[in-house]
Amino acid sequence: MYPRQFEYFAPASLAEAIGLMKKHGEEAKVLSGGHSLVPMMKLRFATPGCIVDINNIPGLNKIEEKGGFLHIGALVREAELEESPIIAKYPLLMDTARVIADPQVRNRATVCGNLAHGDPANDHPATMLALDALVVAEGPKGERVIPIKDFFVDTLTTALKPDEILKEVRVPTPPAKSGGAYVKIERKVGDFAIAAVAVQITLDAKGNCAKAGIGLTNVGPKPIKASAAEAALVGKPLTDATIADAARLAAQACDPVTDVRAPADYKRSMVRELTQRALKRAQARAEGGK
Amino acid sequence: MSATTSKEMGGVGQSVKRKEDARFIQGKGNYVEDIYFPGMTYGAFVRSPYAHAKIKKIDSSKAMKVPGVLAVVTAKELAAHKLDWMPTIAGDTQAVLAGDKVLFQSQEVAFVVATSQAQALDGVEAVEVDYEELPVVIDPFKALEKGAPILRTDKKDQKSNLIFHWEAGDAAATDKVFKSAPVVVSQKTHYQRVHPAPMETCGCVANHNPATGQTDIYMTSQAPHAHRTVFALVAGLKEHTTRVIAPDIGGGFGNKVPVYPGYVLATVASLLTGLPCKWIESRSENLQSTGFARDYHSVTELAASKDGKILALRVKTLADHGAFNAQANPSKWPAGLFSICTGSYDIGAASVAVDAVYTNKAPGGVAYRCSFRVTEASYIIERAVDTLARELKMDPVELRQKNFIKKEQFPYKSATGWEYDSGDYHRAMQVALDKVGYAALRKEQAEKRAKGELMGIGISSFTEIVGAGPRKDFDILGLSMNDGCEIRIHPTGTATVRLGVKSQGQAHETTFGQIVAEELGIPVDNIVVEEGDTATAPYGLGTYGSRSTPVAGGATALAARRIREKAKKIAAFLLEVSENDLEWKDHRFEVKGAPGKTKTMAEVAFAAYTNVPPGMEGGLETTYYYDPPNFTFPFGTYIAVVDIDKGTGEFKVRRFVAVDDAGTVINPMVFEGQIHGGLAEGFAIATMQEIRFDEGGNIQNGTFMDYLLPTAVETPHWELGNTVTPSPHHPIGAKGIGESPNVGSPAAIVNAVVDALSHLGVTNIDMPVTPWKVWQILKEKGIAQ
Amino acid sequence: MSKHTVTVTINGAQHSAEVDSRTLLVHLLRDHLRLTGTHVGCDTTSCGACTVLLDGRAVKSCTLFAVQASGKSITTVEGLAQGGKLHAIQDSFKECHGLQCGFCTPGMMLSAVALLKKNPKPTEEEIRWGIAGNLCRCTGYQNIVKAIQHAGEKMAKGG
Repeated sequence: MYPRQFEYFAPASLAEAIGLMKKHGEEAKVLSGGHSLVPMMKLRFATPGCIVDINNIPGLNKIEEKGGFLHIGALVREAELEESPIIAKYPLLMDTARVIADPQVRNRATVCGNLAHGDPANDHPATMLALDALVVAEGPKGERVIPIKDFFVDTLTTALKPDEILKEVRVPTPPAKSGGAYVKIERKVGDFAIAAVAVQITLDAKGNCAKAGIGLTNVGPKPIKASAAEAALVGKPLTDATIADAARLAAQACDPVTDVRAPADYKRSMVRELTQRALKRAQARAEGGK
Repeated sequence: MSATTSKEMGGVGQSVKRKEDARFIQGKGNYVEDIYFPGMTYGAFVRSPYAHAKIKKIDSSKAMKVPGVLAVVTAKELAAHKLDWMPTIAGDTQAVLAGDKVLFQSQEVAFVVATSQAQALDGVEAVEVDYEELPVVIDPFKALEKGAPILRTDKKDQKSNLIFHWEAGDAAATDKVFKSAPVVVSQKTHYQRVHPAPMETCGCVANHNPATGQTDIYMTSQAPHAHRTVFALVAGLKEHTTRVIAPDIGGGFGNKVPVYPGYVLATVASLLTGLPCKWIESRSENLQSTGFARDYHSVTELAASKDGKILALRVKTLADHGAFNAQANPSKWPAGLFSICTGSYDIGAASVAVDAVYTNKAPGGVAYRCSFRVTEASYIIERAVDTLARELKMDPVELRQKNFIKKEQFPYKSATGWEYDSGDYHRAMQVALDKVGYAALRKEQAEKRAKGELMGIGISSFTEIVGAGPRKDFDILGLSMNDGCEIRIHPTGTATVRLGVKSQGQAHETTFGQIVAEELGIPVDNIVVEEGDTATAPYGLGTYGSRSTPVAGGATALAARRIREKAKKIAAFLLEVSENDLEWKDHRFEVKGAPGKTKTMAEVAFAAYTNVPPGMEGGLETTYYYDPPNFTFPFGTYIAVVDIDKGTGEFKVRRFVAVDDAGTVINPMVFEGQIHGGLAEGFAIATMQEIRFDEGGNIQNGTFMDYLLPTAVETPHWELGNTVTPSPHHPIGAKGIGESPNVGSPAAIVNAVVDALSHLGVTNIDMPVTPWKVWQILKEKGIAQ
Repeated sequence: MSKHTVTVTINGAQHSAEVDSRTLLVHLLRDHLRLTGTHVGCDTTSCGACTVLLDGRAVKSCTLFAVQASGKSITTVEGLAQGGKLHAIQDSFKECHGLQCGFCTPGMMLSAVALLKKNPKPTEEEIRWGIAGNLCRCTGYQNIVKAIQHAGEKMAKGG
């Protein structure tokens, strides 16, 4: 319940924060929402010597549509995302924010933090993979834009360099006739997913699938982009048969382990089941329903 | 016993708002963790990462250099005071700190005392322990196999891992019936290991004053007097200078009955340093080392006639007790009240056998609203009855109704020797059936089945046994389980009531006041109820096993009646009539046939101090120790309706109807609240809780991340019904409701899920019934993908 | 920089304290300021017993460092009653028997206050989702839901 001693800094600018990261190297950890980091520190699973709190840095909490993207700043809380009037255009993000932890956690946890941790159990990674988002890092040499498919390197390891801070995530604003959905099963509200599937689709004028993004949560060592499943949908109508086929491919793309949540074969089957449900819901939304 | 009274009086039967709420809603509760003393020190444990290992060396030198650390206590230091081992409530011994070896993961190995909690934890990190791992025994069946490592090498005569073998009923007579029975069914169940996990963990503040010799121990204790006596017997403390104070307790559920090493070490630390010492465990420690509940592996057999008359019950159970037999049972009852497992049924012959075994797990077994193993007993009979119903192709309701003990048969002597006080099982069942709309539900189920949809209805008609207990046979470590109530009526007519039980949320400050209000005509707002401080409260065995209302409630009513007897004499004197001319009417004394001539208790009270009859002792107070003549037997019928999602195996409890009968209801609002809470716990046990270990003895669910407590989202909506069948032997006919809902609910839910799948040939799913377990079955049956 | 002076407004009054970097907000409240109404029920940010309002938002005070609260405004259970008058949520919890042991109650009430502020007329389902971050063992939640509905109605009438 009590972390080890550490030094605490609350820089007033991103440049100052980056300077601290560079100075303290491996001993430094960024604190934004803190709801992955602080619990680990309390149990002494994480013992950073230096905490760089970015919560006081101005300008990092914007949610705005600009230049064809939804920009979500580093300090945007899950609750703010849920409450934002813009979010209705991004039902996949709305679905996701709602099922992250609980209301109190969502008041502090940040969308970007949910990505930066690199945990396949977190929800936004799959969502951002489905949305083909861009991650924007800021380091000593300036800004670096990283496509989401290159961002998750390994378990708890992202493409962020030790002296970079995740500044913003950019979600392409979906065109008309788009829809998305996030379907998660969990042992109870607030838990990490037993398995979850994020889907984002765009239909063309004929009603066929023009674009498909499918991300998988907590069924592999890192967040998974079900590319084969996505490819199988493009150019085709969304029917029971094509949806079932995509679901089958998504299940093949995952690599779950048996753990305290469920056996691996259950998780794999759930990827299949949830992909179907997510696709059907996304389809309904793309066609104008809820 | 009339249960009606005026609203102003706040007597029995009124939904009086709780006295205790005022401080809790303002955040002014006084829990153990809220207690601070100047100069207070803090203690924390070094715990074993291994389930079974020799301790080769403990090196505290680095820890002693950590800022703030004052001392590091190991078994060696305790041994010098003969405190390294302590007796358990079950008559075994338990290591206070591990000596030559550790026997479960998270076992206490050393105690660090420091000037702040953070520093104590820094100190814990710095203690270095060398272990040599030993082979681990996790499977209780393997624990009894030949060649299994003997765990309790500290016990000279322990040649195996068997703790005890216990039997009840008549094995020979039962076997005879089984041999010739036309129908025999067998149901294997594992009632999994779970943990009560109250919201407040365990802890204490021990404060020894070297100048006066007084030791005050503020403790999360459900039984302060028993704990004080145990400390005296074990640690040589003198009871007249030891005060155990249980302040506000944030939930007990049996977790706060055992004596944990933390209490001992904090007290030792205070005695040795002369400074107060606070020990508060973390949630992880609570889940990993304090008293677990259940872990009964049973085979339950029912012998029956072809038309569904149950003839005999035979039960064999293997009980996994963990590393020490530390379960909190009455001393002559090593398997508690498990032999209540004939349940609500008129069964002619029964035999019950329990083998208890040591394993490399934390000790415990009796907790989580179990009424001393009644949860286990009720579960196995309600599951077996459903299995029998399926075998006979009978409706589970019909089978139960056919075998219920009839109203006219009470008091009923069961085949295992219990005398049930009263019951009307058919009536409770009917109320439940009507409330849930049973016939319509079965029709709906048939229609859904035809369409391939999975819907289930589960019944649980339990009888439970509470109110331990008659002195003759029931004691905790020899301490008779009677209980005291002290009532003092003050000159100005208000009252102070003190009890030897201890609420952890059960509203005693309100409900026991209501009993006195009813008996003495003093408005409940003029009565204060105090518990928990051994310096002032009369001796009692505490609150668990739903014993407060049956035992302390009985003591309260009888203490009040004794006061009323004396008061009557004073009233007669004041009214200048003979006692025989007086009657107690409308909560006051009235001269028969002369309605204007009355005396209230308040008027009598004043007279008791100012104008007492010649020759009579002054004052108006008494202490009554009540030895209950028998247990009480609350009962009920619960019905759960579930719908299964074939794609995921998840199921929703669409409806849960709970009809309870606990005799006279003191406060309907409190009564319902107790049921809501117990049902939620039973639901959690049935659907998501377990304490599991891997083969190496590593706990898999040692934090709230993986030991799951349902939120308001998962928890179903409860529909309650109530019948009232008073207890004929209880002074106010009350039986006590606290544990019934946890006793009855798991079987209702499991029966419902099995019912939903029974047409596929499914006969059992062990708890917790998780989505993947259901899905596994659906896959096997070719329904899931 | 491992020792800091933090100045926080708690229940309308300013407080300053010397804390370690590692001092959690809940420990600042309980140990330093002796506001013991906020409770600790777990060690994995799971139970919500430590819930307080931070600039009006419900947060788990066990998962913030005290230094993070510097310059901010906090409401604890001790700050719900105003001018000697109990908050509608406190009255309602008592009226509807929404508490038994009282340990989860402060955090539960603060989550309820935050919920009702955002959504003054919540449905039962919305209430249950709104308190999903607060665990209770005693009540089975049913009367807590009732209490929150009751408080919502009371507050709508100006109570």
